[in-house]
Amino acid sequence: MGFFLEVVLGGLMAGVLYSLVALGFVLIFKASGVFNFAQGAMVLFAALAMARLAEWLPDLLGFESLLLANLLAFVLAALIMVVVAQGIERLVLRPLVNQEGVTLLMATLGVTYFLDGFGQTLWGSDVYKIDLGLSKDPLLVLGDFFEGGILLNRDDIAAALIAVALVAVLALFFQKTATGRALRAVADDHQAAQSIGIPLNRIWVIVWAVAGFTALVAGMVWGSKLGVQFSLAILALKALPVVIVGGFTSVPGAIVGGLLIGLGEKLAEVYLGPIIGGGLENWFAYGLALAVLLVRPQGLFGERIIDRV
Amino acid sequence: MSTRKIGEVILDLRNISLAFGGVKALTDISFDVREHEIRAIIGPNGAGKSSMLNVISGVYTPQQGEIIYRGEHHTHTDPHAMATHGVARTFQNLALFKGMSVLDNIMTGRTLRMRTNILQQAFWKGAAEREETLHREFCERIIDFLQIQPYRKTPVGRLPYGLQKRVDLGRALAMEPSLLLLDEPMAGMNVEEKQDMSRFVLDVNDEFGTTIVLIEHDMGVVMDISDRVVVLDYGKKIGDGTPDEVRSNQDVINAYLGVSH
Amino acid sequence: MLYRENGQFKTRYSDDQQIFPILQDRWLVMALIAFAFIGVPMLASEYMFRAILIPFVILSLAALGLNLLVGYCGQISLGSGAFMAVGAYIAYNAYTRVPGMPVIGAFLIGGAAALLVGIVFGIPSLRIRGLYLAVATLAAQFFCDWVFARIAWFTNYSASGSVSVPTLTVAGISIDTPQSKYLFCLAIATVMALAAKNIVRGHVGRSWMAIRDMDVAATVIGIRPVTAKLSAFAVSSFVIGVAGAMWAFVHLGSWEPLAFDVNRSLNLLFMIIIGGMGSIMGSFFGAAFIVVLPILLNQVPAWLGVPISTAMASHLEFMIFGALIVFFLIVEPHGLARLWSIGKEKLRLWPFPH
Repeated sequence: MGFFLEVVLGGLMAGVLYSLVALGFVLIFKASGVFNFAQGAMVLFAALAMARLAEWLPDLLGFESLLLANLLAFVLAALIMVVVAQGIERLVLRPLVNQEGVTLLMATLGVTYFLDGFGQTLWGSDVYKIDLGLSKDPLLVLGDFFEGGILLNRDDIAAALIAVALVAVLALFFQKTATGRALRAVADDHQAAQSIGIPLNRIWVIVWAVAGFTALVAGMVWGSKLGVQFSLAILALKALPVVIVGGFTSVPGAIVGGLLIGLGEKLAEVYLGPIIGGGLENWFAYGLALAVLLVRPQGLFGERIIDRV
Repeated sequence: MSTRKIGEVILDLRNISLAFGGVKALTDISFDVREHEIRAIIGPNGAGKSSMLNVISGVYTPQQGEIIYRGEHHTHTDPHAMATHGVARTFQNLALFKGMSVLDNIMTGRTLRMRTNILQQAFWKGAAEREETLHREFCERIIDFLQIQPYRKTPVGRLPYGLQKRVDLGRALAMEPSLLLLDEPMAGMNVEEKQDMSRFVLDVNDEFGTTIVLIEHDMGVVMDISDRVVVLDYGKKIGDGTPDEVRSNQDVINAYLGVSH
Repeated sequence: MLYRENGQFKTRYSDDQQIFPILQDRWLVMALIAFAFIGVPMLASEYMFRAILIPFVILSLAALGLNLLVGYCGQISLGSGAFMAVGAYIAYNAYTRVPGMPVIGAFLIGGAAALLVGIVFGIPSLRIRGLYLAVATLAAQFFCDWVFARIAWFTNYSASGSVSVPTLTVAGISIDTPQSKYLFCLAIATVMALAAKNIVRGHVGRSWMAIRDMDVAATVIGIRPVTAKLSAFAVSSFVIGVAGAMWAFVHLGSWEPLAFDVNRSLNLLFMIIIGGMGSIMGSFFGAAFIVVLPILLNQVPAWLGVPISTAMASHLEFMIFGALIVFFLIVEPHGLARLWSIGKEKLRLWPFPH
């Protein structure tokens, strides 16, 4: 039982990481109907930026504090990400503004490749660390109920807390601020929003900036846990099923979807794996997404799409 | 007016009701269409005319009511079935295949009659080529009829609106339909274009005996070429009869003048 | 002036329906084909065969297959690598397990297996489209990756997970020199490209394009979306499967599942985007581009005297690919093929301006 709980918690924690990436997808899709395949590449780029900046700044500016290095790196990386996100929106998406979804998908695929090469050119292609100063010793909890206690990683707990904080901030932003309201209006109906005077271009600029910031948070969390390496770019491919399961237009959907996928993957790998053969993790998420697609295409929380003739 | 002798009832619609969620598009509509006649459906915008055509061609399934075409029930049907039974239609918003030429668009109308399988097609010489040439001849006759010969190889997206409408009609004609549904065939046309299109419609009815149901806003056209008229408003039928009868119907006049309900 | 159709009057519809109705086009293509079959083997070096020509021919065929599905029928597919894998592994098993199996037979069986798998993975396309379909095809890709890595039967229980084939012989002729490999692939590719072009100009191709352009109108005409979409998946997968078998048997010789992963799928997709979707010729343009570009990137800096590391070259390759995809999608979504036909239009008027 203790082992089962560990697997469950481990899966949920992995799921939190997926959710963080999926959040970026959902934000952009909600506001502009574009599926940003490049979100994974943005996460990697952001993580690389933060890792390297945290490495270089202390030497450059001559200080020792890890906390200061991380803080400065975070802020700088955030600014960089905002610029990168703007660049993508302005150079790639605006010229393609009325094309079908598939064209836009392929354009963001192109952006992924570009960011991949560019990021590694700028920041280097080794494996880097993001050190948030958390001790790597795992926590053992609930030792009274279960023999030996349940193993929890501090990284994972931090990740979960950060995710919660991010979602809270985003929720506040969307619900309580005027800009947030405008964003929701644009997400609902572009033309109606335009007709009441909401400047679409400015909104998209903001959305992409927020998505870039989200990518940085996700990159920071992932990078701290796994190290910053190329395979992070594969994240986009993992986060896609999350958004399918949760619904493309739903922030709670991204969270729930991520948790479900993370949990399902771990459980499948641990319990089904020995029967069918390992490596289930590679495609379980996609299998689940496919099943959801056939049964309920809009996902758990998404809006129903009706085609009018 | 049709010059042919109007035949028996070929299409019978009984108590058709159609709703999308809470929106009632059609409520308890009944009317019939006789063979060889030209039947117009008119009514203000949003009256449900296009929905009616969609129901007849099988795109929408009505929640209630029956569709009896040539003596057979076709209420729960799909567009493919209606196509095989000789029902063809044009679209209000064209719905042409923009990636193909005029000739190819019209040739798609012959798809149901083309029987060669993929392997024969891959080989081309022999059966596939013969079939293609045969149907090409048929489509060329339609192209002649509609006078769009110079444009046969042009991608339809490049043609002006009026010509695109003709291609839409040509594609429907290629199916050799016994029932032709025209959704606002004259929309957006000037007087000359309307005269041309009216002539085409009358010729089709005259030469091939095709029964025609058309949605049209231009009252002059409707009064001139149709045998009988159905009037819809807010999804309900408010008039049914010859053009003269309908013209003097008070309900119809009210609907068009916008008298409050 | 040179490219005029003056005097070329067609008296029969069958003449008008030829693949290249304009005489000059026919001559050009005949010349190209003659050069490809006769001239190239005499002129090209072994390196050119191995690094450029053979991959170009095989990947053109694969891209062509993908183009049938994505370009002509409008169904997005990110899983083409998986279909290549199916073709390769089933052909491998047919070749090694069935005594006396000819190579072409193995290829056809591989293609047939890919066709069946293609139909199965095409079933979601009946209910979903666009982005969602892309996800479904990705699911197919990852699932197939896993199957060929895990289920040992496919790799003949090889310990390392990779398989290889012995030297091929076709009708008694051994295919072991670069020239013979090239000609073998070229012959297969030419035949299949011709068949594909024939399908595309007939009613099956028109049904595909109708579904792509306006599927509701297509159903009203009597085209069954099920038939059209699944036939597109079937034919496309068959072609890709045969290409996969060719890639494995002739080009690679020995391979492992990673050779057919999602990167290969994306690679093929890029070929048809750049080359031109919905164009048979475009598939060849795109394949040529994608095959030659990395080589150029590796060689040109050295020629210019600016040496760059292989890692850097690979980063540059990614960046250029990405930028080009975006460029083509914005500027010319119909790819190089459209640029080619625009060029021809201008040539018809040359030397007059209009």
